[in-house]
Amino acid sequence: MLEKYVELMRLRFLMMLAYRVNYYSGIIIYSLNIGVYYFLWMAIYGDQTSINGTTAVQMATYVAVAWMSRAFYFNNLDREIAQEIRDGTVAVQLIRPYSYLLGKGFQGLGEGIFRLLLFSVPGMIIVSLVFPIHLPSDMSQWGWFAISLFLGFIINTQLNVLTGLMAFFILNNMGMIRAKRVIIDLLSGLVIPITFFPEWAKNILVYLPFQGISYVPSSILAKGISLTEVISFLEVQLIWTVLLWVPIRLLWLSARRRLVVQGG
Amino acid sequence: MTTSKLFIDYFMQYVKTRLQYRSDFFVQMVTDIMFQTVNLVFILVVFNHTTHLSSWSREEVIFIYGYFLVPFSIFAAFFNLWEFNERYIIKGELDRVLTRPVHSLFQVMMETMTPESLSGALTGMAVMGWASWEMDLQFHWYDPLLFLLFALGGAAIYGGLYIMLTSISLFSDSKTDIQPIMYNVGNYGRYPIDIYNKVIQIVLTWLMPFAFVGFYPASFLLHDDRWLTFAMLTPVMGFLWFALGIMVWNLGIKNYRGAGS
Repeated sequence: MLEKYVELMRLRFLMMLAYRVNYYSGIIIYSLNIGVYYFLWMAIYGDQTSINGTTAVQMATYVAVAWMSRAFYFNNLDREIAQEIRDGTVAVQLIRPYSYLLGKGFQGLGEGIFRLLLFSVPGMIIVSLVFPIHLPSDMSQWGWFAISLFLGFIINTQLNVLTGLMAFFILNNMGMIRAKRVIIDLLSGLVIPITFFPEWAKNILVYLPFQGISYVPSSILAKGISLTEVISFLEVQLIWTVLLWVPIRLLWLSARRRLVVQGG
Repeated sequence: MTTSKLFIDYFMQYVKTRLQYRSDFFVQMVTDIMFQTVNLVFILVVFNHTTHLSSWSREEVIFIYGYFLVPFSIFAAFFNLWEFNERYIIKGELDRVLTRPVHSLFQVMMETMTPESLSGALTGMAVMGWASWEMDLQFHWYDPLLFLLFALGGAAIYGGLYIMLTSISLFSDSKTDIQPIMYNVGNYGRYPIDIYNKVIQIVLTWLMPFAFVGFYPASFLLHDDRWLTFAMLTPVMGFLWFALGIMVWNLGIKNYRGAGS
Protein backbone atom coordinates (compact mmCIF):
# COMPACT_ATOMS: atom_id res chain seq x y z
CA MET A 1 0.00 0.00 0.00
CA LEU A 2 2.57 2.51 1.15
CA GLU A 3 5.39 1.22 -1.10
CA LYS A 4 3.89 2.94 -4.12
CA TYR A 5 4.09 6.29 -2.40
CA VAL A 6 7.57 5.70 -1.05
CA GLU A 7 8.64 4.86 -4.57
CA LEU A 8 7.13 8.15 -5.87
CA MET A 9 9.05 9.94 -3.14
CA ARG A 10 12.29 8.17 -4.02
CA LEU A 11 11.88 8.99 -7.71
CA ARG A 12 11.39 12.66 -6.94
CA PHE A 13 14.47 12.62 -4.74
CA LEU A 14 16.51 11.20 -7.61
CA MET A 15 14.98 13.68 -10.04
CA MET A 16 16.15 16.52 -7.82
CA LEU A 17 19.67 15.13 -8.00
CA ALA A 18 19.52 15.52 -11.75
CA TYR A 19 18.70 19.23 -11.70
CA ARG A 20 22.01 20.63 -10.53
CA VAL A 21 21.43 24.17 -11.78
CA ASN A 22 18.55 24.45 -9.32
CA TYR A 23 20.68 23.14 -6.52
CA TYR A 24 23.59 25.53 -6.96
CA SER A 25 21.42 28.56 -7.60
CA GLY A 26 19.38 27.64 -4.54
CA ILE A 27 22.48 27.76 -2.36
CA ILE A 28 23.36 31.26 -3.58
CA ILE A 29 19.80 32.55 -3.25
CA TYR A 30 19.25 31.17 0.24
CA SER A 31 22.58 32.50 1.54
CA LEU A 32 21.61 35.90 0.16
CA ASN A 33 18.17 35.65 1.76
CA ILE A 34 19.64 34.84 5.16
CA GLY A 35 22.30 37.53 4.81
CA VAL A 36 19.85 40.23 3.78
CA TYR A 37 17.32 39.47 6.49
CA TYR A 38 20.08 39.18 9.07
CA PHE A 39 21.37 42.68 8.33
CA LEU A 40 17.85 44.05 7.97
CA TRP A 41 16.93 42.80 11.43
CA MET A 42 20.20 43.95 12.94
CA ALA A 43 19.48 47.42 11.53
CA ILE A 44 16.01 47.25 13.08
CA TYR A 45 17.52 46.31 16.43
CA GLY A 46 20.11 49.09 16.16
CA ASP A 47 21.21 49.82 19.71
CA GLN A 48 18.39 47.86 21.33
CA THR A 49 19.49 44.49 22.67
CA SER A 50 15.98 43.11 22.96
CA ILE A 51 12.62 43.80 21.30
CA ASN A 52 9.42 42.18 22.59
CA GLY A 53 11.47 39.81 24.70
CA THR A 54 13.43 38.55 21.69
CA THR A 55 17.16 39.21 21.86
CA ALA A 56 19.22 40.11 18.81
CA VAL A 57 20.98 36.74 18.91
CA GLN A 58 17.64 34.90 19.09
CA MET A 59 16.43 36.95 16.13
CA ALA A 60 19.52 36.09 14.08
CA THR A 61 19.00 32.41 14.95
CA TYR A 62 15.35 32.70 14.02
CA VAL A 63 16.21 34.14 10.59
CA ALA A 64 18.68 31.34 9.85
CA VAL A 65 16.41 28.53 11.11
CA ALA A 66 13.32 29.92 9.36
CA TRP A 67 15.00 30.11 5.96
CA MET A 68 16.66 26.73 6.25
CA SER A 69 13.29 25.24 7.26
CA ARG A 70 11.71 26.88 4.25
CA ALA A 71 14.05 24.84 2.06
CA PHE A 72 12.35 21.76 3.50
CA TYR A 73 8.69 22.71 3.51
CA PHE A 74 8.70 24.71 0.28
CA ASN A 75 7.55 23.03 -2.91
CA ASN A 76 5.93 23.88 -6.21
CA LEU A 77 3.06 21.40 -5.98
CA ASP A 78 0.56 24.22 -6.57
CA ARG A 79 2.16 25.04 -9.90
CA GLU A 80 2.53 21.39 -10.82
CA ILE A 81 -1.10 20.55 -10.11
CA ALA A 82 -2.38 23.64 -11.91
CA GLN A 83 -0.20 22.81 -14.89
CA GLU A 84 -1.45 19.22 -15.06
CA ILE A 85 -5.04 20.35 -14.80
CA ARG A 86 -4.61 22.84 -17.59
CA ASP A 87 -2.81 20.60 -20.06
CA GLY A 88 -5.05 17.67 -19.25
CA THR A 89 -2.42 15.21 -18.00
CA VAL A 90 -4.43 15.08 -14.79
CA ALA A 91 -6.86 12.81 -16.64
CA VAL A 92 -4.10 10.25 -17.19
CA GLN A 93 -2.95 10.60 -13.58
CA LEU A 94 -6.46 9.90 -12.33
CA ILE A 95 -6.58 6.41 -13.77
CA ARG A 96 -3.32 5.38 -12.09
CA PRO A 97 -3.63 3.01 -9.13
CA TYR A 98 -2.84 5.52 -6.41
CA SER A 99 -4.45 8.61 -4.97
CA TYR A 100 -3.41 11.57 -7.10
CA LEU A 101 -3.22 14.06 -4.25
CA LEU A 102 -1.45 11.74 -1.80
CA GLY A 103 1.04 10.88 -4.53
CA LYS A 104 1.71 14.58 -5.02
CA GLY A 105 2.23 15.00 -1.30
CA PHE A 106 4.84 12.27 -1.23
CA GLN A 107 6.60 13.75 -4.23
CA GLY A 108 6.76 17.03 -2.33
CA LEU A 109 8.22 15.15 0.62
CA GLY A 110 10.90 13.64 -1.59
CA GLU A 111 11.80 17.11 -2.75
CA GLY A 112 11.86 18.39 0.83
CA ILE A 113 14.05 15.57 2.11
CA PHE A 114 16.49 16.18 -0.73
CA ARG A 115 16.88 19.83 0.19
CA LEU A 116 16.96 19.09 3.91
CA LEU A 117 19.86 16.67 3.59
CA LEU A 118 21.91 18.27 0.85
CA PHE A 119 21.10 21.86 1.54
CA SER A 120 19.72 22.82 4.94
CA VAL A 121 22.05 20.70 7.07
CA PRO A 122 25.34 21.80 5.44
CA GLY A 123 23.93 25.32 5.05
CA MET A 124 23.09 25.52 8.74
CA ILE A 125 26.62 24.50 9.70
CA ILE A 126 28.13 27.21 7.48
CA VAL A 127 25.66 29.85 8.67
CA SER A 128 26.42 29.07 12.33
CA LEU A 129 30.09 29.71 11.61
CA VAL A 130 29.53 32.99 9.75
CA PHE A 131 26.80 34.63 11.82
CA PRO A 132 26.61 34.92 15.62
CA ILE A 133 23.66 32.58 16.13
CA HIS A 134 22.90 30.29 19.05
CA LEU A 135 21.45 26.81 18.49
CA PRO A 136 20.30 24.71 21.46
CA SER A 137 22.49 21.79 22.48
CA ASP A 138 19.53 20.04 24.15
CA MET A 139 18.57 17.10 21.92
CA SER A 140 14.91 17.02 23.01
CA GLN A 141 14.45 20.52 21.62
CA TRP A 142 15.73 19.32 18.25
CA GLY A 143 13.25 16.46 18.47
CA TRP A 144 10.30 18.80 19.05
CA PHE A 145 11.57 20.98 16.24
CA ALA A 146 11.66 18.00 13.87
CA ILE A 147 8.06 17.04 14.67
CA SER A 148 6.89 20.62 14.34
CA LEU A 149 8.78 21.12 11.07
CA PHE A 150 7.13 18.03 9.62
CA LEU A 151 3.67 19.26 10.64
CA GLY A 152 4.56 22.61 9.07
CA PHE A 153 5.42 20.79 5.87
CA ILE A 154 2.02 19.08 5.87
CA ILE A 155 0.14 22.37 6.38
CA ASN A 156 2.10 24.11 3.64
CA THR A 157 1.61 21.21 1.26
CA GLN A 158 -2.13 21.16 1.96
CA LEU A 159 -2.35 24.87 1.19
CA ASN A 160 -0.37 24.29 -2.01
CA VAL A 161 -2.71 21.52 -3.06
CA LEU A 162 -5.72 23.76 -2.37
CA THR A 163 -4.28 26.56 -4.49
CA GLY A 164 -3.34 24.16 -7.26
CA LEU A 165 -6.83 22.65 -7.34
CA MET A 166 -8.29 26.11 -7.87
CA ALA A 167 -7.15 25.69 -11.48
CA PHE A 168 -10.28 23.59 -11.92
CA PHE A 169 -12.37 26.68 -11.26
CA ILE A 170 -10.20 29.58 -12.47
CA LEU A 171 -8.61 28.68 -15.77
CA ASN A 172 -5.49 30.74 -15.21
CA ASN A 173 -4.55 30.77 -11.54
CA MET A 174 -0.85 31.63 -11.86
CA GLY A 175 -1.37 35.06 -10.31
CA MET A 176 -3.14 33.48 -7.39
CA ILE A 177 -0.28 31.04 -6.90
CA ARG A 178 2.24 33.86 -6.82
CA ALA A 179 0.14 35.92 -4.42
CA LYS A 180 -0.28 32.91 -2.15
CA ARG A 181 3.48 32.49 -1.98
CA VAL A 182 4.00 36.10 -0.89
CA ILE A 183 1.19 35.92 1.65
CA ILE A 184 2.52 32.73 3.17
CA ASP A 185 6.01 34.22 3.46
CA LEU A 186 4.54 37.16 5.37
CA LEU A 187 1.84 35.54 7.51
CA SER A 188 3.73 32.36 8.35
CA GLY A 189 6.27 34.40 10.28
CA LEU A 190 9.13 33.78 7.86
CA VAL A 191 9.95 37.45 7.30
CA ILE A 192 8.45 38.79 10.54
CA PRO A 193 7.99 36.59 13.63
CA ILE A 194 4.32 36.61 14.69
CA THR A 195 5.20 38.26 18.02
CA PHE A 196 6.35 41.38 16.17
CA PHE A 197 2.95 42.05 14.61
CA PRO A 198 0.68 44.60 16.28
CA GLU A 199 -1.70 43.20 18.88
CA TRP A 200 -4.83 43.14 16.68
CA ALA A 201 -3.00 41.36 13.85
CA LYS A 202 -1.57 38.81 16.26
CA ASN A 203 -5.08 38.04 17.51
CA ILE A 204 -6.14 37.24 13.97
CA LEU A 205 -3.00 35.34 13.00
CA VAL A 206 -3.28 32.84 15.85
CA TYR A 207 -6.54 31.66 14.30
CA LEU A 208 -4.99 31.12 10.88
CA PRO A 209 -3.06 28.06 9.70
CA PHE A 210 -0.04 30.00 8.39
CA GLN A 211 1.81 30.37 11.71
CA GLY A 212 2.15 26.58 11.83
CA ILE A 213 4.32 26.61 8.71
CA SER A 214 7.26 28.69 9.82
CA TYR A 215 6.75 30.58 13.06
CA VAL A 216 6.04 27.56 15.28
CA PRO A 217 8.98 25.34 14.29
CA SER A 218 11.45 28.23 14.09
CA SER A 219 10.51 29.59 17.52
CA ILE A 220 10.85 26.17 19.09
CA LEU A 221 14.46 26.03 18.01
CA ALA A 222 15.47 29.68 18.19
CA LYS A 223 13.80 30.89 21.36
CA GLY A 224 13.90 27.87 23.62
CA ILE A 225 10.27 27.92 24.77
CA SER A 226 8.85 25.84 27.61
CA LEU A 227 7.54 22.32 27.15
CA THR A 228 3.89 23.20 27.85
CA GLU A 229 4.08 25.91 25.20
CA VAL A 230 5.66 23.48 22.74
CA ILE A 231 2.84 21.01 23.32
CA SER A 232 0.14 23.63 22.77
CA PHE A 233 1.93 24.77 19.59
CA LEU A 234 2.01 21.22 18.27
CA GLU A 235 -1.67 20.79 19.08
CA VAL A 236 -2.56 23.82 17.00
CA GLN A 237 -0.52 22.48 14.10
CA LEU A 238 -2.10 19.07 14.39
CA ILE A 239 -5.61 20.52 14.41
CA TRP A 240 -4.88 22.46 11.23
CA THR A 241 -3.52 19.43 9.39
CA VAL A 242 -6.84 17.73 10.09
CA LEU A 243 -9.04 20.76 9.37
CA LEU A 244 -7.38 21.56 6.05
CA TRP A 245 -8.19 18.10 4.85
CA VAL A 246 -11.89 19.04 4.64
CA PRO A 247 -11.75 21.79 1.99
CA ILE A 248 -9.27 19.73 -0.06
CA ARG A 249 -11.65 16.78 -0.03
CA LEU A 250 -14.66 18.94 -0.96
CA LEU A 251 -12.79 20.76 -3.71
CA TRP A 252 -11.42 17.52 -5.10
CA LEU A 253 -14.83 15.85 -5.22
CA SER A 254 -16.56 18.76 -6.93
CA ALA A 255 -13.56 19.31 -9.21
CA ARG A 256 -13.55 15.77 -10.53
CA ARG A 257 -17.18 16.16 -11.45
CA ARG A 258 -16.56 19.26 -13.51
CA LEU A 259 -13.24 18.26 -15.05
CA VAL A 260 -12.90 20.02 -18.38
CA VAL A 261 -9.65 19.31 -20.15
CA GLN A 262 -8.72 22.33 -22.22
CA GLY A 263 -7.68 21.04 -25.59
CA GLY A 264 -5.95 17.70 -26.13
CA MET B 1 7.44 51.64 -37.82
CA THR B 2 6.44 48.03 -38.33
CA THR B 3 7.43 47.35 -34.73
CA SER B 4 5.02 49.90 -33.31
CA LYS B 5 2.27 48.69 -35.63
CA LEU B 6 2.91 45.12 -34.49
CA PHE B 7 2.83 46.29 -30.89
CA ILE B 8 -0.59 47.86 -31.41
CA ASP B 9 -1.88 44.73 -33.12
CA TYR B 10 -0.62 42.51 -30.33
CA PHE B 11 -2.15 44.86 -27.82
CA MET B 12 -5.57 44.74 -29.49
CA GLN B 13 -5.34 40.98 -29.60
CA TYR B 14 -4.48 40.99 -25.93
CA VAL B 15 -7.48 43.14 -25.05
CA LYS B 16 -9.73 40.72 -26.89
CA THR B 17 -8.46 37.66 -25.05
CA ARG B 18 -8.68 39.52 -21.76
CA LEU B 19 -12.29 40.39 -22.40
CA GLN B 20 -12.89 36.72 -23.08
CA TYR B 21 -11.56 35.64 -19.69
CA ARG B 22 -12.77 38.50 -17.55
CA SER B 23 -12.38 36.71 -14.23
CA ASP B 24 -8.66 36.21 -14.95
CA PHE B 25 -8.24 39.92 -15.45
CA PHE B 26 -9.90 40.62 -12.12
CA VAL B 27 -7.83 38.01 -10.31
CA GLN B 28 -4.62 39.45 -11.75
CA MET B 29 -5.52 42.94 -10.53
CA VAL B 30 -6.38 41.71 -7.05
CA THR B 31 -3.20 39.65 -6.73
CA ASP B 32 -1.07 42.59 -7.90
CA ILE B 33 -2.59 44.83 -5.25
CA MET B 34 -2.17 42.12 -2.63
CA PHE B 35 1.47 41.73 -3.56
CA GLN B 36 2.08 45.45 -3.15
CA THR B 37 0.31 45.75 0.20
CA VAL B 38 2.05 42.71 1.68
CA ASN B 39 5.41 44.38 1.14
CA LEU B 40 4.18 47.65 2.56
CA VAL B 41 2.91 45.79 5.62
CA PHE B 42 6.43 44.54 6.29
CA ILE B 43 7.80 48.08 6.40
CA LEU B 44 4.95 49.33 8.60
CA VAL B 45 5.28 46.45 11.08
CA VAL B 46 9.04 46.84 11.30
CA PHE B 47 8.79 50.56 12.07
CA ASN B 48 6.56 49.77 15.01
CA HIS B 49 9.70 48.58 16.72
CA THR B 50 12.25 51.17 15.66
CA THR B 51 12.25 54.79 14.56
CA HIS B 52 15.12 54.49 12.11
CA LEU B 53 16.62 51.87 9.85
CA SER B 54 20.27 52.84 10.01
CA SER B 55 19.83 56.58 9.33
CA TRP B 56 16.61 56.23 7.34
CA SER B 57 13.22 57.26 8.63
CA ARG B 58 9.97 55.41 8.02
CA GLU B 59 8.80 57.88 5.38
CA GLU B 60 12.08 57.61 3.50
CA VAL B 61 11.94 53.80 3.42
CA ILE B 62 8.32 53.97 2.25
CA PHE B 63 9.35 56.47 -0.44
CA ILE B 64 12.05 54.08 -1.67
CA TYR B 65 9.48 51.28 -1.80
CA GLY B 66 7.04 53.44 -3.75
CA TYR B 67 9.77 54.31 -6.21
CA PHE B 68 10.71 50.64 -6.57
CA LEU B 69 7.16 49.77 -7.62
CA VAL B 70 7.42 51.95 -10.73
CA PRO B 71 10.32 50.22 -12.57
CA PHE B 72 9.12 46.92 -11.15
CA SER B 73 5.65 47.17 -12.66
CA ILE B 74 7.03 48.28 -16.04
CA PHE B 75 9.14 45.15 -15.89
CA ALA B 76 6.25 42.96 -14.74
CA ALA B 77 4.03 44.20 -17.55
CA PHE B 78 6.38 43.37 -20.40
CA PHE B 79 8.66 40.61 -19.14
CA ASN B 80 6.16 38.04 -18.04
CA LEU B 81 8.46 35.15 -18.91
CA TRP B 82 7.47 32.86 -16.04
CA GLU B 83 6.12 30.04 -18.11
CA PHE B 84 8.56 30.35 -20.97
CA ASN B 85 10.03 26.92 -20.38
CA GLU B 86 6.71 25.07 -20.21
CA ARG B 87 4.97 26.97 -22.96
CA TYR B 88 7.70 27.69 -25.51
CA ILE B 89 10.26 24.93 -25.02
CA ILE B 90 8.40 21.87 -23.77
CA LYS B 91 5.25 22.53 -25.78
CA GLY B 92 7.39 23.72 -28.70
CA GLU B 93 5.69 27.04 -29.39
CA LEU B 94 9.11 28.55 -29.95
CA ASP B 95 9.31 26.73 -33.28
CA ARG B 96 6.30 28.70 -34.47
CA VAL B 97 7.86 31.94 -33.28
CA LEU B 98 11.14 31.21 -35.05
CA THR B 99 9.50 30.80 -38.45
CA ARG B 100 8.33 34.42 -38.41
CA PRO B 101 10.36 37.37 -39.69
CA VAL B 102 10.35 39.39 -36.44
CA HIS B 103 12.85 39.06 -33.60
CA SER B 104 11.89 36.05 -31.50
CA LEU B 105 12.24 37.81 -28.15
CA PHE B 106 9.96 40.63 -29.25
CA GLN B 107 7.29 38.12 -30.23
CA VAL B 108 7.57 36.18 -26.98
CA MET B 109 7.38 39.38 -24.95
CA MET B 110 4.34 40.57 -26.85
CA GLU B 111 2.57 37.25 -26.53
CA THR B 112 3.06 37.10 -22.77
CA MET B 113 2.68 40.74 -21.75
CA THR B 114 0.23 41.77 -19.02
CA PRO B 115 -0.25 45.55 -19.41
CA GLU B 116 -2.65 45.63 -16.45
CA SER B 117 0.41 45.20 -14.20
CA LEU B 118 1.26 48.81 -15.05
CA SER B 119 -1.34 49.78 -12.45
CA GLY B 120 1.43 49.04 -9.94
CA ALA B 121 3.24 52.14 -11.21
CA LEU B 122 0.24 54.24 -10.18
CA THR B 123 0.24 52.65 -6.73
CA GLY B 124 3.97 53.33 -6.50
CA MET B 125 3.57 56.97 -7.44
CA ALA B 126 0.74 57.37 -4.94
CA VAL B 127 2.95 55.88 -2.21
CA MET B 128 5.81 58.20 -3.23
CA GLY B 129 3.43 61.14 -3.26
CA TRP B 130 2.18 60.36 0.23
CA ALA B 131 5.72 59.94 1.59
CA SER B 132 7.06 63.14 0.02
CA TRP B 133 4.04 65.06 1.29
CA GLU B 134 4.70 63.73 4.79
CA MET B 135 8.35 64.73 4.56
CA ASP B 136 7.59 68.00 2.81
CA LEU B 137 10.00 67.03 0.04
CA GLN B 138 10.68 69.64 -2.65
CA PHE B 139 11.48 68.53 -6.19
CA HIS B 140 13.60 70.29 -8.82
CA TRP B 141 12.30 70.81 -12.33
CA TYR B 142 14.59 68.08 -13.64
CA ASP B 143 13.59 65.47 -11.05
CA PRO B 144 10.58 64.12 -12.99
CA LEU B 145 12.73 63.72 -16.11
CA LEU B 146 15.43 61.86 -14.22
CA PHE B 147 12.75 59.82 -12.48
CA LEU B 148 11.46 58.63 -15.83
CA LEU B 149 14.98 57.83 -17.03
CA PHE B 150 15.77 55.97 -13.79
CA ALA B 151 12.55 53.99 -13.92
CA LEU B 152 13.17 52.88 -17.50
CA GLY B 153 16.78 52.04 -16.64
CA GLY B 154 15.68 50.00 -13.65
CA ALA B 155 13.09 48.10 -15.68
CA ALA B 156 15.79 47.41 -18.30
CA ILE B 157 18.16 45.98 -15.66
CA TYR B 158 15.44 43.70 -14.38
CA GLY B 159 14.45 42.81 -17.94
CA GLY B 160 18.00 42.03 -19.03
CA LEU B 161 18.58 39.82 -16.02
CA TYR B 162 15.35 37.89 -16.54
CA ILE B 163 16.00 37.47 -20.23
CA MET B 164 19.32 35.92 -19.30
CA LEU B 165 17.73 33.58 -16.78
CA THR B 166 15.02 32.64 -19.24
CA SER B 167 17.66 31.95 -21.88
CA ILE B 168 18.98 29.11 -19.73
CA SER B 169 16.00 27.13 -21.02
CA LEU B 170 17.35 27.56 -24.55
CA PHE B 171 20.62 25.89 -23.64
CA SER B 172 19.26 23.03 -21.53
CA ASP B 173 15.69 21.82 -21.65
CA SER B 174 15.69 20.74 -18.01
CA LYS B 175 13.36 22.60 -15.71
CA THR B 176 14.75 25.40 -13.58
CA ASP B 177 13.03 27.11 -10.69
CA ILE B 178 15.43 30.03 -10.61
CA GLN B 179 13.03 32.69 -11.77
CA PRO B 180 10.50 32.47 -8.93
CA ILE B 181 13.31 32.45 -6.39
CA MET B 182 14.83 35.50 -8.01
CA TYR B 183 11.56 37.25 -7.36
CA ASN B 184 12.40 37.31 -3.65
CA VAL B 185 15.94 38.48 -4.11
CA GLY B 186 14.86 41.20 -6.49
CA ASN B 187 13.10 42.89 -3.60
CA TYR B 188 16.24 43.50 -1.60
CA GLY B 189 17.25 46.51 -3.65
CA ARG B 190 14.49 48.52 -2.10
CA TYR B 191 16.07 48.70 1.37
CA PRO B 192 18.82 51.23 2.16
CA ILE B 193 22.00 49.60 0.98
CA ASP B 194 24.10 50.90 3.88
CA ILE B 195 22.43 48.48 6.28
CA TYR B 196 24.10 45.53 4.54
CA ASN B 197 27.73 44.50 4.81
CA LYS B 198 30.25 44.93 1.98
CA VAL B 199 29.71 41.52 0.35
CA ILE B 200 25.98 41.96 -0.04
CA GLN B 201 26.44 45.55 -1.18
CA ILE B 202 28.76 44.38 -3.95
CA VAL B 203 26.37 41.60 -4.96
CA LEU B 204 23.41 43.97 -5.12
CA THR B 205 25.39 46.55 -7.08
CA TRP B 206 27.33 44.53 -9.63
CA LEU B 207 26.30 40.86 -9.72
CA MET B 208 22.54 41.18 -9.26
CA PRO B 209 22.23 44.94 -9.61
CA PHE B 210 18.87 45.29 -7.87
CA ALA B 211 20.04 48.29 -5.87
CA PHE B 212 19.78 50.25 -9.13
CA VAL B 213 16.11 49.32 -9.39
CA GLY B 214 15.26 50.76 -5.99
CA PHE B 215 17.65 52.32 -3.60
CA TYR B 216 20.26 54.24 -5.64
CA PRO B 217 17.90 56.32 -7.77
CA ALA B 218 15.42 56.75 -4.91
CA SER B 219 18.15 58.09 -2.61
CA PHE B 220 18.93 60.69 -5.26
CA LEU B 221 15.28 61.74 -5.43
CA LEU B 222 15.40 62.03 -1.63
CA HIS B 223 18.24 64.57 -2.09
CA ASP B 224 20.82 62.32 -0.52
CA ASP B 225 23.98 62.77 -2.59
CA ARG B 226 26.04 59.98 -1.08
CA TRP B 227 25.19 57.61 -3.92
CA LEU B 228 25.00 60.23 -6.64
CA THR B 229 27.35 58.43 -9.05
CA PHE B 230 25.46 55.16 -8.68
CA ALA B 231 22.13 56.88 -9.25
CA MET B 232 23.41 58.47 -12.44
CA LEU B 233 24.75 55.11 -13.59
CA THR B 234 21.21 53.62 -13.53
CA PRO B 235 20.36 54.22 -17.22
CA VAL B 236 23.85 53.06 -18.26
CA MET B 237 23.51 49.88 -16.24
CA GLY B 238 20.05 49.39 -17.70
CA PHE B 239 21.41 49.64 -21.20
CA LEU B 240 24.33 47.29 -20.47
CA TRP B 241 22.29 44.58 -18.76
CA PHE B 242 19.55 44.69 -21.36
CA ALA B 243 22.11 44.42 -24.16
CA LEU B 244 23.77 41.54 -22.34
CA GLY B 245 20.39 39.83 -21.94
CA ILE B 246 19.66 40.10 -25.66
CA MET B 247 23.13 38.81 -26.53
CA VAL B 248 22.66 35.74 -24.36
CA TRP B 249 19.19 35.22 -25.84
CA ASN B 250 20.49 35.41 -29.41
CA LEU B 251 23.23 32.96 -28.55
CA GLY B 252 20.62 30.67 -27.03
CA ILE B 253 18.41 30.85 -30.13
CA LYS B 254 21.38 29.85 -32.27
CA ASN B 255 21.98 26.96 -29.93
CA TYR B 256 18.33 25.91 -29.67
CA ARG B 257 17.49 22.52 -31.11
CA GLY B 258 13.93 21.96 -30.02
CA ALA B 259 12.71 19.55 -27.38
CA GLY B 260 11.60 16.84 -29.80
CA SER B 261 8.15 15.84 -31.07
